[in-house]
Amino acid sequence: MPLLLAILIWGICAAIAIPFFTRTWWMPQAISAHARTVDDQIVLTTIITGIVFILAHLALGYTVLFYGKRRAGAATYSHGNTTYELLWSSAAGILFIGLTLMGTKVWGAIHFQPAPPGALQIELTGQQFAWNVRYSGPDGKFGALDIKQINDQSGNPLGVDAKDPNGKDDITAPTMPVPVNRPIEVILRTKDVTHAFNVPELRLKLDTVPGLLGRLHFTADKTGVFELACAELCGLGHYKMRSFLEVMEPAKFDAWIQEKLKEKSAP
Amino acid sequence: MAESHAHVHAHAHAAPTSFIRKYIFSLDHKVIGIQYWLLAMAAVIVGMALSLLMRLHLVWPTAQMSWLESIWPTGAAGGVMTPELYLGLMTMHGTIMVFFVLTTAPQSGFGNYALPIQIGAADMAFPTLNMLSFWVTFVGFIVALAAIFVTGGAPISGWTGYPPLSALPEAGPGQGAGQTLWIVSLAIFAVGSLLGALNFITTILDLRAKGLTLMRMPLTCWAWFVTAILALLAFAVLLAAGVLLLMDRTAGTSFFVPGGLVVSDKIINHSGGSPLLWQHLFWFFGHPEVYIAILPGMGVVSQILSTFARKPIYGYRAMVYAIVGIGILGFGVWGHHMFMSGMSPYTAVTFSVLTMAIGVPSAIKTFNWIGTLWGARIRFASPMMYAIAFVSVFVTGGLSGIFLGQPSVDFYFHDTYFVVAHFHLIMGVAAIYGMFAGTAYWFPKMFGRFMNEPINKIHCWVTFLGVYAIFGPMHYLGLAGHPRRYSELTGVKFLQPLEPLQYFITIAAIATITAQVLFLVNVFWSMFKGRRCQEENPWESTTLEWTVPSPPPHDNFAGVVPVVYRGPYEYSVPGASKDYLMQTDPEGAAKPAH
Repeated sequence: MPLLLAILIWGICAAIAIPFFTRTWWMPQAISAHARTVDDQIVLTTIITGIVFILAHLALGYTVLFYGKRRAGAATYSHGNTTYELLWSSAAGILFIGLTLMGTKVWGAIHFQPAPPGALQIELTGQQFAWNVRYSGPDGKFGALDIKQINDQSGNPLGVDAKDPNGKDDITAPTMPVPVNRPIEVILRTKDVTHAFNVPELRLKLDTVPGLLGRLHFTADKTGVFELACAELCGLGHYKMRSFLEVMEPAKFDAWIQEKLKEKSAP
Repeated sequence: MAESHAHVHAHAHAAPTSFIRKYIFSLDHKVIGIQYWLLAMAAVIVGMALSLLMRLHLVWPTAQMSWLESIWPTGAAGGVMTPELYLGLMTMHGTIMVFFVLTTAPQSGFGNYALPIQIGAADMAFPTLNMLSFWVTFVGFIVALAAIFVTGGAPISGWTGYPPLSALPEAGPGQGAGQTLWIVSLAIFAVGSLLGALNFITTILDLRAKGLTLMRMPLTCWAWFVTAILALLAFAVLLAAGVLLLMDRTAGTSFFVPGGLVVSDKIINHSGGSPLLWQHLFWFFGHPEVYIAILPGMGVVSQILSTFARKPIYGYRAMVYAIVGIGILGFGVWGHHMFMSGMSPYTAVTFSVLTMAIGVPSAIKTFNWIGTLWGARIRFASPMMYAIAFVSVFVTGGLSGIFLGQPSVDFYFHDTYFVVAHFHLIMGVAAIYGMFAGTAYWFPKMFGRFMNEPINKIHCWVTFLGVYAIFGPMHYLGLAGHPRRYSELTGVKFLQPLEPLQYFITIAAIATITAQVLFLVNVFWSMFKGRRCQEENPWESTTLEWTVPSPPPHDNFAGVVPVVYRGPYEYSVPGASKDYLMQTDPEGAAKPAH
């Protein structure tokens, strides 16, 4: 019986741990420098917690196997050992807190600093159950918004104020084309409830909190089309609320903007 | 001694004679404890059934289940589950499990049953209040059930009920009467928990037997004590938040809803509120709630490991400090649920460091459990099996917290299945193993009969395999970026390669839920037909509940006041006449413990 239990405990431990090593199910490719540093932090955390996980289960299985009734003599009479206790708790404290402080460094570059100057600003607005992406156009300024002017049929889902000249050249789209290797600043808003910006390949996520603007910045360095899947429960269509981050060559991006402007000026 | 007698009698009440006063509106803490335990058992059956339906829908979204239509005519028209029904089941699964199972059985159930006896009292400090706590909680459960079946459907905003989704009836189906009932249910539950917490704290501080100093209390009592303090502070905040949310919905206030929202093409007539206020209030309750669910399990497991290892608990003082430390730090970490809400990075770092710090007392506990087993002479009875399984699950669930507590890593894992795996293992499965262990351990005391040992052991290890088969793969789903709370897996392309894992999880869930029939049948069969337990102390334990008959008389000690001579875990004391010395055993009491 003890042998069976020990095998079960060790077997479970191995079954959980092995896919982390073989990376059978792993993170999707990382498409920014920041995403790769996050990956390093995740790998480091995996190694440290993995060691503790395996040691704890080895010990648990060992006690089950060797300290059963067949053991000769009485159990050891001991109330513990303060030195071991202090050593173990200090080690755990240093390890855990050290890990998160290291992570802060990884994180700092992107969250403690604002977007670099010259970053392309893109506004992303969530609504049940779609994303609206807005570009400020050649003037670099977003037009003011007025919720009374929202009209999905006439192509003004955000309610860009018709009287504001800054809004004349604003472009809205259902997907999010961006030029590769250029810093992008995303301004997050919502029309209704809380949604969340989430592109796994960027290792970034942020809620669109009603009444607040959220800010994120990234520089994608690989071209491709990546799904942007809502990550905060927003209602019955949450599961299908998605858009696409389309990372493209700058020339292609410029051409896309020009085409959108032409569409807009056409009657 | 004469004074102590008077003290006990002041709190005792006459044994009831009518059926209703004996079993329904009983003042006896033992009956109330069993009532809470049965309530949790009823709730866990409902909660499991809801999760089973969710798992079935996830992998067979178009399957027609006509019986489903007869339960929810609109939510499952044609027998196919709608997204809103899925989200309603999900909300109610979380709510019922967290409140009516994880908060109800470990603290109010076992605490009510065992705490007064373990400290040598005839009853809780306020027996009438105790009865009231249970019946208030019961009403809360009925209201929660009503929220599942009400016209318009169950609320779809999850157990966290974030506004504006939860504040605006326009925001979706189920956000009408269902959401209102949900809030009312939580508020009622909070009131019941507050009353219970006051009772626990007073009982522990005032009614301990002579010689039972705080540092001689069983670790179970320490866990119930700290949990009661957490409940007192946390449920007060939840109650307040619930009242405010209810007012936003019904009285036109705007605590949680800002201006300028357009929901379903309708301009919302609210202004000035903040959804973040709800998140802060909710998680100020919600994180301590995790410890409310798990601390009693930690106490029970410590008690059982020591008993069946025939060894004193390793590092009793460290265990007490760890429980208290978890309790204090537990109120400083709620922000880690909100890293993604636009929180200042400086605030996030503070919450992160505190979160990592709370890993230390948890690590101390794990270290001490393994230290207790090291050099033991283990008796493999079923309570011990459940306790050993608890340690494994606790370690696994705890370690994934080290990922989620770091903002840099959480930006990837937040709101993915990784989080689902984490909290189910640490807060759900571990706490439930604590309940299994407690049930098997105290069953002979509660009913004067044993549970069937072989069935318990099979149940323990089949469930162990099962929960790892369910929640293990969820870590991999999370690694692959799979968002949680998706009612269907077809809306997003990158989820498609992960479907085999989802199938595997559903199959494992079906098997594991089926295995719970073993436990349920064992409980109810053993209650009436199990092997009789004639002796007072079948496990050769050391604490006070094992000095009284099984089941104990109405006032526990029949008017005799127990005197305590030593700490709770004196096993295998060298030179003693047997391999355990009970707390009330005067043998060698003059000598110091070492």
